[in-house]
Amino acid sequence: MKYIYYPGCSLKSTGKLYEESLLAVFDALGIEYEELKDWNCCGATAYMAVDEKKAFVLAARNIALAEQQFKDEEEVNIVAPCSACYMILLKTQKFLEDNPEDMAVIKAALKESGLDYKAKAKIRHPIDVFINDIGEQEIAKRITKPLKGIRVASYYGCQTVRPYSTFDDQRNPVTMDKLFKAAGAEVVDWTMKTRCCGASLTGTIQEVALPLSYIILHEAKKRRADVVTTACSLCQFNLECYQTNIDKKFKTDTKIDVIYFTQLLGLALGLEPKKLGINRLFAKPENLFRIMEGGKPVYV
Amino acid sequence: MFNSNGNGTPKIGFYVCHCGHNIASMVDVEEVQKFASTLPGVVVSRDYKYMCSDPGQELIQKDIKELGLNRIVVASCSPLLHEHTFRVAAEKAGLNPYYFHMVNIRESVSWVHTDKLSATQKAKALTRAAIQRVFFHKPLEKKSVPVNPDVLIVGGGISGITAALTIANAGKHVYLVEREPTIGGHMAMFDKTFPTLDCAACILTPKMSAVKSHPNITLWTYSEVEKVEGFVGNYKVNIKRKPRYVIEELCVGCMECIDACIYKEAKYPDEFNQKLSKRKPIYIPFPQATPQVVLFDPETCIDFKSHRCKKTCIESCDRKAIDLKQVPEYKEINVGTVILTTGFKTYDAELSPQYGYGKYPNVYTSLEVERLVNASGPTAGEVVTKDGKKPKSVGIIHCVGSRDQKAHKWCSKVCCMYSLKLAHLIKEHTGAQVYNFYIDMRTPGKGYEEFYDKLMTEGVHFVRGRVSEVTDWALVPEEENKLTIRVEDTLIGVVRRVPVDMVVLAVGLEPRVDAGDIRRMFNISCSNEGWFLERHPKLAPVSTFTDGIFIAGACQGPKDIPDSVAQAGAAAAEVLSLISAGSIELEPNTASINEKFCSGCKSCIPICPYSAISFNDGTQKAVINEALCKGCGTCVAACPSGSIIQNLFEDDQIFSEIDGLLKFADIELEEMEAEHA
Amino acid sequence: MDKKSVFAESFALDNAAKDIVEIRRRIKYESELDKSFRDKIAKSAHGEKLYGCIQCGTCSAACPVSHYMDYTPRKIIQMVREGFKEEVLTSSTVWLCASCYACTVECPKGIKITDVMYALKRESILGNYYPKKSPASILANNFFNQVLNNGRNSEGPLLVKMYLKTNPFMLFKNMALGFKLWIRGRISLKTERIKDKKALKKLLQSVEDKSIYKAEVNSPALKEASAV
Ligand SMILES: Cc1cc2nc3c(=O)[nH]c(=O)nc-3n(C[C@H](O)[C@H](O)[C@H](O)COP(=O)(O)OP(=O)(O)OC[C@H]3O[C@@H](n4cnc5c(N)ncnc54)[C@H](O)[C@@H]3O)c2cc1C
Ligand code: SF4
Ligand code: SF4
Ligand code: SF4
Ligand code: SF4
Ligand code: SF4
Ligand code: SF4
Repeated sequence: MKYIYYPGCSLKSTGKLYEESLLAVFDALGIEYEELKDWNCCGATAYMAVDEKKAFVLAARNIALAEQQFKDEEEVNIVAPCSACYMILLKTQKFLEDNPEDMAVIKAALKESGLDYKAKAKIRHPIDVFINDIGEQEIAKRITKPLKGIRVASYYGCQTVRPYSTFDDQRNPVTMDKLFKAAGAEVVDWTMKTRCCGASLTGTIQEVALPLSYIILHEAKKRRADVVTTACSLCQFNLECYQTNIDKKFKTDTKIDVIYFTQLLGLALGLEPKKLGINRLFAKPENLFRIMEGGKPVYV
Repeated sequence: MFNSNGNGTPKIGFYVCHCGHNIASMVDVEEVQKFASTLPGVVVSRDYKYMCSDPGQELIQKDIKELGLNRIVVASCSPLLHEHTFRVAAEKAGLNPYYFHMVNIRESVSWVHTDKLSATQKAKALTRAAIQRVFFHKPLEKKSVPVNPDVLIVGGGISGITAALTIANAGKHVYLVEREPTIGGHMAMFDKTFPTLDCAACILTPKMSAVKSHPNITLWTYSEVEKVEGFVGNYKVNIKRKPRYVIEELCVGCMECIDACIYKEAKYPDEFNQKLSKRKPIYIPFPQATPQVVLFDPETCIDFKSHRCKKTCIESCDRKAIDLKQVPEYKEINVGTVILTTGFKTYDAELSPQYGYGKYPNVYTSLEVERLVNASGPTAGEVVTKDGKKPKSVGIIHCVGSRDQKAHKWCSKVCCMYSLKLAHLIKEHTGAQVYNFYIDMRTPGKGYEEFYDKLMTEGVHFVRGRVSEVTDWALVPEEENKLTIRVEDTLIGVVRRVPVDMVVLAVGLEPRVDAGDIRRMFNISCSNEGWFLERHPKLAPVSTFTDGIFIAGACQGPKDIPDSVAQAGAAAAEVLSLISAGSIELEPNTASINEKFCSGCKSCIPICPYSAISFNDGTQKAVINEALCKGCGTCVAACPSGSIIQNLFEDDQIFSEIDGLLKFADIELEEMEAEHA
Repeated sequence: MDKKSVFAESFALDNAAKDIVEIRRRIKYESELDKSFRDKIAKSAHGEKLYGCIQCGTCSAACPVSHYMDYTPRKIIQMVREGFKEEVLTSSTVWLCASCYACTVECPKGIKITDVMYALKRESILGNYYPKKSPASILANNFFNQVLNNGRNSEGPLLVKMYLKTNPFMLFKNMALGFKLWIRGRISLKTERIKDKKALKKLLQSVEDKSIYKAEVNSPALKEASAV
């Protein structure tokens, strides 16, 4: 099966390392994909706050474009790695299905631009693809550098598993944990998996956002995690790039490696760190590398 | 013009009712009366203020006697209300009651129309239809069937126990079938009961032993109903008695065998104690279990697994009561009536993972805590957390699994009250700070609000808000090594995090898992939620749509003990009233099969909602059991060869009725055409 | 906006009273409530079950930021239901909501609280109630325009604009962070565009023309916001 890859704005900028690692892992696992041509912004959070109808049109245009680009394929599977994109694409499908009047308006508008919105495409998160299409066993077979001795705290963020996605539990998701167990890691049992990281509030109202990221990092350290893995560009950004700000504010030490789950998976698959965008992280994930080489962590 | 069916030439009496203003204000009754008097066969036509009143009925009776009427039509309210009244009136005057027919011009006409002219037209049309119909009515006889005075009660909780004792005390024989090794149901697990806080065992165990020793009660525990056949007054029931591997008549409950079991330590989870303690392969659920007979768990007993145990248990029993070769016993009984009292089950708290049940050891369900506070429970009445310490603070979370779209929409009715009870008991046992987190405090009932008042003065914390999560992550030092409850104190409008040592989940009540199977077996209905459905929510709360089958207690919906007991009494009274009547009259509007035309296609058999049709393999024809048929007409419409006839709904009756209605339409059409011309 | 009832005016506390201790008079007259507002939100596609709220507070307890809000999400639902339009639309709650959907998942009555929050954000912008210096609302507006014009969002320019409009000092503070991102190739000040910008604009315009909310979308407040 071939997938259509919808990067969304963030995977081309702050989340560039997410894109690099995701595509590298795709290649390593032999997953075929094509990038969606001339995609536009998904219409997510901030857009929704201003004009809902237009947000839905933006999302629907992407879906329609995908359906057009893959018109000869049996199935249209859109992989949307950014949680916000993933959620809004799902939400749009659901909303239009439930509200036929709006569906008619949006379909008609798209028709004028020569697009046909068929509502057939499946919206997929990469975790969903790895677990349900490839499977843990298959992934386990390809692991060349098992994550032995590494304690992984999987962090899914808020919009990856709720409220519309169905591939995992909304309160205590486990799919990412399965992935890392397959890769030989130990997974941390914690309750922060879907707790909000502060989202775009880090950029707007930091007083409110920083404590949220702090709680997550603090818990991860308390549960003796070596690395936090994320599945959303905003989460990774908040949890990694604000660590110094957080430490200053809360007078603590939250230093912990926060990387994309695809980066960690890529390392386990034996891919070059450079190919996985590791160099674009704010700090080199020193602990991770040390433990992988059988050594002791430097910061605990 | 018409064929009459017996009783000589039809002489019809027609009566139209004003119902005060109810009908007369929207229907011109006089006009209807005049119109009816012109119709063929009508000998007398009258209108009257209240037909159902005594003078109204006497009017009909007088006419029957003086004018020799042999058909009666009354145009008034719904037959549901007064059909019976008028049938009885006709019968008293010497007329077969099925020569009477009723037209509803109140609920179907005057109450639902706003234009007097068309309402009157409609009343006239319905009147003509009825008058044409009664031409074809036949005299029918009500059949009556005798009622077997023996009673089956399924489920030996407080409801079943109460009903059984009431009926047995009235001198009737009761078979009480209980699935578990002991009767008592949920109530046997409690220490105290709200709102009086009287000891559950003190009020329950005397009743349990009364059941055991009552000469009119046959108690079959560890048994299940397998098959039910028949109809009201005459049910045949098959029951399976599971083997205990102990001869019930011989065992005196001395428990020597338990002590003697090769297992020195109890190793297996004790179900009665909610798995908070352990039992041996040979056990008794609790000291006052009734009957006081031990039983084996073949899943865990060594001898059942390997046949290689020394069987020290058998050796120890002087009375030779142990029989490892015991096999299931099958019983067949005949009863006239049945009461189902199968109770409820509690909501599975793991389905609300946000509260951490099954994840954090110190999150308990209410039923577990009932056992903890019980002197004969796993901790001998000590309220302690899993590490054996007395909790300093305890949070009770209300509405777990209730009032929630993701679980059950209903309010479970008893959990506010039992949470108050548990709050009191926990405080009494431990002196802990106890918090109740509630959405609404529901304490309607005699002495219930007073109980709530008492709890408030005891210093229990009441926080109005539904808890969003129970978690073990600590934000501040006071939360370290505690369970933290996150809730909005909605009366203040502030989010609170309350660290506690123990969490109690007030799980709701839900139908038993096998309620659907029981429903099918006894041919009754369930509500959408799965509770057994009563015939009428207000006026027939313990009857079902199947005659002779009654329900009582928590199997009908969440209920506390006083309500369950009251319902059990009501069901017993219903049963006794059937028994003392001795027989039951069946409505004669049943269907029957004309064997000549029946092709034996069996189409009718599966569709009968009352399983009244069977197949005679000898004649290769279908047969309807009149006693089971409810006259719903489903089979009549379905039979491809038209061989099913239903009394009171025969073809000529219906066609003539339709003809009467359509004629009216013809007249209207003619009038309209005339106007146009 | 002459919503204040006559009563409220005449009962207003004078300064002398205010000086003694800090007192606030809190009472609401029916004439001050906007019943059409509640219907509008409740009848929107997302507000359907709003009238079924039992005020249990699970939403507030589940919300990671409710303790910063002036009204908890539960209160907002009640205020919407009862027509407290001004209070709701000027509240901080609406702009603090991070759209994490925790409340929606936990609500026992199936109320889509997050979607209601979105609806309120939109109402707040349309009715010109939104806090003009609040970065959250400015970000939303800027984001909207950027996408409207270019089809994509460019994080760099977006943030710069937002800080300039709200708190230039923050721009300064975050400069270091921005620089770190820039040297790692994770942010640029270049504006991202799609190829078929014209078609997209046409598409959005055409929905606007077809939209039942057309009148509102063209409201002056939104125009003003868009002009940034
Ligand atoms: C934690 C808790 C505390 C409570 N505290 C109080 C209190 O203090 N005061 C109060 O008034 N109420 C209290 N209640 C409510 C009380 O439990 C019920 O009102 C009462 O148990 C209902 O009795 P029942 O006989 O209808 O059902 P149950 O007690 O459930 O008994 C039903 C019986 O039927 C048997 N059975 C089920 N299915 C079958 C079958 N197919 N065949 C044969 N047998 C079957 C079961 O084994 C059981 O013995 C409490 C409830 C709970 C959950
Ligand atoms: S017979 Fe029916 S319609 Fe007539 S008075 Fe009685 S209730 Fe009313
Ligand atoms: S047979 Fe053995 S294991 Fe079983 S109850 Fe008797 S002594 Fe115990
Ligand atoms: S009785 Fe009380 S605790 Fe139980 S569901 Fe009803 S409101 Fe909730
Ligand atoms: S009339 Fe109804 S109840 Fe009677 S036999 Fe036919 S289907 Fe069954
Ligand atoms: S969780 Fe739902 S029902 Fe409860 S207060 Fe919030 S919106 Fe209302
Ligand atoms: S969606 Fe908004 S209101 Fe709801 S929990 Fe998240 S931040 Fe709070």
